[in-house]
Amino acid sequence: MTIGLTHYLVLSAVLFCIGLYGALTRKNAVIILMCIEIMLNAVNISLVAFSSYVVPQYLTGQVFAIFVMVVAAAEVAVGLAIIFAIFRHFKDIDVNKIDLLKW
Amino acid sequence: MGLAAAFWIMAVVMVGAALAVLFLRNVFHAALGLILCFIAVAGIYLTLSADFLAAVQVLVYVGAISVLIILAIMMTRDVQKGNPVNRLEIPAAVVAVALLVILVYVVTSTPWNISGAAPLAPSTAPLAARLFSQDGYILPVEIGAVLLLAAILGAIVITREK
Repeated sequence: MTIGLTHYLVLSAVLFCIGLYGALTRKNAVIILMCIEIMLNAVNISLVAFSSYVVPQYLTGQVFAIFVMVVAAAEVAVGLAIIFAIFRHFKDIDVNKIDLLKW
Repeated sequence: MGLAAAFWIMAVVMVGAALAVLFLRNVFHAALGLILCFIAVAGIYLTLSADFLAAVQVLVYVGAISVLIILAIMMTRDVQKGNPVNRLEIPAAVVAVALLVILVYVVTSTPWNISGAAPLAPSTAPLAARLFSQDGYILPVEIGAVLLLAAILGAIVITREK
């Protein structure tokens, strides 16, 4: 059976849902950041698959995937900096214990 | 045939590595699973004939982001207590599975407008032409550069000792 656009989109959906489940349930802030990276990668796969199957001559999806990578790099740098700051202040990175803003 | 085999191998490795990120007890082992997942995503890009993106994926994700994440795990080693879960485990699983079912239904029932043309094989030069040409994406590229600079400065300011 030949591989088509649907295979890539289903694979991307599976990866996205794994990342979503992890980001919602884990307590460790670093693991949550890793799950967000998995979700961004899943979106990138679907963008590149659309680019290569729907508009193969224009590369629009690949350009978009590059910008997603740029934003992901910025996000992980700032996110880890925030985790460091939280660790220095609370001596913990369990997100259930960081609830100063909880009403 | 070879393409299909490559796709299935990469897909199985990728999903297995992503599940390892979730279910391994040791956080460092989870980070290694994340690196394997990134490498498999680069392989998926290669099967989609996106060679430049595969190289960028290896350089940025496998090279840089995983090093940052492992650095964070090392710095916070004193308080790492494995990979615990919170109370939302069952509702989150229900939400994730429901979203997966909806996405798969939408993807399989939509008549996608597949183009028969072959994708551009070495994609680096056409990608550069798209990114940097006058009527291309030169303004977003500049904004991305400013965003990266702002993110680096912000990270330095946030982590700086008082």
